[in-house]
Order: sequence, then structure tokens, then C-alpha cells
Amino acid sequence: MDWIIPAVNLKLILPEIVVCLFAILILVTDPFLSKERKIWSAHLSWIAVVIAFIANIRLWNLQEATFTNMFLVDNYATFFKFIFLAGSFLIILISMSYLKREEILHGEYFSLILFSTLGMMLLASGFDLVVIFLGLEIMSVSLYVLAGFKRSDLASNEASLKYFLMGAFATGFLLYGIVMIYGSVGSTNLGQIINHITSNDAGSNLLIWAGAGLLLVGFGFKIASVPFHMWVPDVYQGAPTPITAFISAGPKAAGFAALLRVFLFSFTTIKMDWTMIVWIMAALTMSVGNIVALAQSDIKRMLAYSSIAHAGYVLVALVAGGETGVSSALFYLLAYTFMNIGAFTVVIALGRKGQDNTKLEDYSGLGSRSPILAILMTIFLFSLAGFPPTAGFMAKFYVFGSAVKSGFTGLVIIGVLNSLISVYYYLRIVVLMFMQAPVTRTDNERIKVAFCAILVLIISTWAVLQMGIFPQSLLSLAQASVSSIF
Amino acid sequence: MISSSPYLILSAVIFIIGVLGVMVRRNILVMFMSIELMLNGVNLAFVALSRQLGNLDGQVVVFLVMAVAAAEAAVGLAIIICIYRNKKSMNVDDFNLMKW
Repeated sequence: MDWIIPAVNLKLILPEIVVCLFAILILVTDPFLSKERKIWSAHLSWIAVVIAFIANIRLWNLQEATFTNMFLVDNYATFFKFIFLAGSFLIILISMSYLKREEILHGEYFSLILFSTLGMMLLASGFDLVVIFLGLEIMSVSLYVLAGFKRSDLASNEASLKYFLMGAFATGFLLYGIVMIYGSVGSTNLGQIINHITSNDAGSNLLIWAGAGLLLVGFGFKIASVPFHMWVPDVYQGAPTPITAFISAGPKAAGFAALLRVFLFSFTTIKMDWTMIVWIMAALTMSVGNIVALAQSDIKRMLAYSSIAHAGYVLVALVAGGETGVSSALFYLLAYTFMNIGAFTVVIALGRKGQDNTKLEDYSGLGSRSPILAILMTIFLFSLAGFPPTAGFMAKFYVFGSAVKSGFTGLVIIGVLNSLISVYYYLRIVVLMFMQAPVTRTDNERIKVAFCAILVLIISTWAVLQMGIFPQSLLSLAQASVSSIF
Repeated sequence: MISSSPYLILSAVIFIIGVLGVMVRRNILVMFMSIELMLNGVNLAFVALSRQLGNLDGQVVVFLVMAVAAAEAAVGLAIIICIYRNKKSMNVDDFNLMKW
């Protein structure tokens, strides 16, 4: 038997290589840093993300597969990598002051964030179900540890444990789905799956059906859609706040990257058959997320349910499908990353050591204590609710517009009604901030915001307003990233 | 050559035992073992299908799954030890600081 060593184009995975090498470098150098110098690991990690970002720009407009067709670089993957890297960059910046405050500044934290980012990038680029599985696991295993990073805090432990059990459980389903597809197609490569399904009238093949269903369960856990959302509120509430922001931005987008790639590009010929299931999932996800969010009294838990609801809006784009559907989903995920990280940055700024101040009443009177923070929080909440001059409005507008174009008016009506419900719980915080006196409290000192957090607030506010007022440039970028596929 | 369907049925049975174990049992370690059982059910199916289809892809995937399962076990057991130190319990129902 002769063995052919496959041609490998390392230039295509340069961003991944950079992120991975820096993650290992941080792990190796961190033990030699004295306690005051631990912050160097943080600086190394954001430098890594910036370098990877630049390397990723060079891959724009390239469409090439490598590693025997297992790894595909196209604009779709590159666009998603921009989202992940931007999200990780912002999270690293807000983590620095948070970790110092909580006295858990260890280099491993940043190393794990980089490894998790690496997993997301593999998910976006994976053109083989095995690579997608590995990316998902690299991402998730790092996140399990990060969720429990406050080791002495029982809530953080509990979040980590629940995330781990649920995540590993979902992985089992995903893998069984991969087995079934492997059994009927004879390969795990998405290209061959497409060929098999289009040539063999696979709509009648039960094994592919069961496989696709199990894959949907596995991805459904990662993107936090109903009925696979039970872990979300607990994990979001218990995890350290920067990690909560991280989980809600990057990994959710990564789950969607793989979900859209597998379902819209591989199972596209049997689309009409699975659309109905995703339709129901989207309607349930939006409704459950928004309605349960009404009853929350903790802002992290409320944002967790809001994050479930937002996953539902993106699922609407998946139902719509086609070029406009996918590009609106990409735009939505980009907008969501910035507005959500912005909102969480304000949540972090309000905390004190050992005391997160995440109850809703902690926000009353913020308008007089710190007007700027209150105004920024209002912008982010308006964006999450979908008010006009912000990114959230444009994103929802494009998603619902694409669904109407594809003829799913009923789903859009449910979506718009849900947006109306969501206005109530977002605006409640705005009302608390500006129209109520501060609750009498012992620590009424001025709120100090670290320089890096200010930087994050500036970047995310700028992005939210930019995408809300001049969406055209980023939207055309999103459209360019899907046109290569359709 | 024995057909691979008995192996596939066995793998489905192992997988379902794993799923039921996670859902029914309340001890963290038992739930964790049930998850490992699910992964091993998957491995068996991969090997059986690989033999049936006559290509080696499935055998290779099994190695990757085993490596991932090992990594998951390392992280999972570390998390379990960590939580056991803070709260001397192995029952998931005791971890109700936040509502499930």
C-alpha cells in the first residue's frame, strides 16, 4: 500500500496557528512570572488575537480547502473568525480589571480563552464533521474550566459542573448523529455528504434523517435553543461575568457557524423537510426566552434568557435560508456580539470585590450615580430590544425581512410580538436607572471604571451605532461572505 | 463474515443506557460514567460501520473520540473534586444555589 502525504497549505491556517502557539506560550511562561507581572499574560493574549486578526484579513476572498478537504477557508469562515476574534479581544480587555479585582489573575485564564477561540475558528472552517466535532470540544472543554474559574465560589463551581454535564451529554448526541451520517454516506466530509444527498434522493433515507436530528440536538445545546436551554440561566448566572459575556458571544456564534454550514449547505436539498422542525424551535426559543426573562430579578439571569431569545431570532434566519437569510444571520451575530459584550461590561463595572451587584435593584439610581454608564447601558439595552438607531434594530430588520421574503410571515409575526415583550424587561432597567432613587446602600462611592473597560465601552458603542446608522458597509461584507457558497 | 447489525444494535443499547443513566441517576460520578458510556456506544458504532463500509475513516474517528473523552474526563473530574471540596456532596440535587 502506498501512502501519499497530503499537501498541506499552512498559510490557510495561519490565524489558528498564531492563536494556538500564543496559548501554549502563555501556559509555558506564566509559571515564571512573579505575581505583579501576571498581567503580561493578558497582554500577550490580546496581542495574539490582534495578530490572528491581521492574518485573517489576508485570507479574505480566498476560497481554498486544505488537509484533504477537511478544512475550508472561504469568506463565510473568515467572516465568522472576525466575529470570534473581535469578541475575544473585547473579553480579554474587560477580564483584566475584573480578575485583578477578584484576585484570580492567573495566566491560564487567558490561555484557555485563546484555546476556546481556536476551537471556534475550527468550527467555522471545518468542512468535515470530525473537524467540527473536535472544534466544538476544544471550545467547550476550555469553557467548562473558565466557567468554574472562581474556584472558591460555590456558584461558579456549580455553573461549571452544570455546564460540563450538559455539554458532555450534548456531545454524545452530536457524535451519534455523526455516526449515523457516516453509516449512510460512508464519509464524514461535508462535500461527499452533499454529493450523496443530491444524487441518491436521500430524503427518504431514515438514517440521514435520524443523524440530522441528532446533530440538531447537539448544536441546539451549544446555541442555547429551546428545548435544550436548561443549562443556560444557571451557567450564565454562576460563571464569572466576563466569561458569561464570552459564552453568550463567541461560542453561540460558533455553534451557529457550524449549524448553518451543516444544515444549509449540506442538507440543503432536503431543506423543506427539516424547516418545519426548526420553525417550531425558533418560535419556542423566542417565546420561552422572552417570557421567562420577564420574571427575573438578577440581571445576569435576565440577560441569559435574553440570550436564549436572541438565539431564536437567528434561528428565524436559518428557517428563511438562502443567501439573504444567511447574510442576515451573520449580521445579527456580529451586532449581538458587540451589544451584549457592551451590556456585560457595564454589569462588570458595577461590581465590587466579592459582590457582583447583579440584582436589578442595584441599578436603581445609576443615572445619578454615574450618568455616562447609565446612558451607555441604555444604548446597549435599546439595541438588544431593537430600537431604531441601533445595531439591534437593523439586525432584526434584516432577519425578519429575509424571512418575509421566503414566505414565513407567521414566524415573523411571532418574532415581532416577542420583540414587543422584550421591550418591557429591557426598559424596566432603564426606568430603574433614571427614574428611581438609589437604594440606600453602604458602598455609595463613585464607580471607577478601568481604562480597558472604557476602551471596550467605546468600541462597542461605536460598533452598535455604526451598524445601526450606516449598516451598509458591514451588511455588504456579510453578503460577500455568503455569496461564495450559494 | 458476521453482519455488523448486532454490533450496531449493541451500540444503540449502550448509548440509550448512557442517556437514561444521565437522566435518572443523581450522583455526579454515575452521571459522568453514563456520559462515558454514551461515547463508547458511539465508538462501537464507528468501528462496526467502518468494517461494514470497508473504509478506515471510522477507525480513525474512534481514536479522536477516545482522546477527547480523556480530555473531558480530566476536566470533568477536576471540576467534581473542586466542587466536592467546597460542598461535601455528590448529589446534583444539593447543588441548587441557582434553580436548575
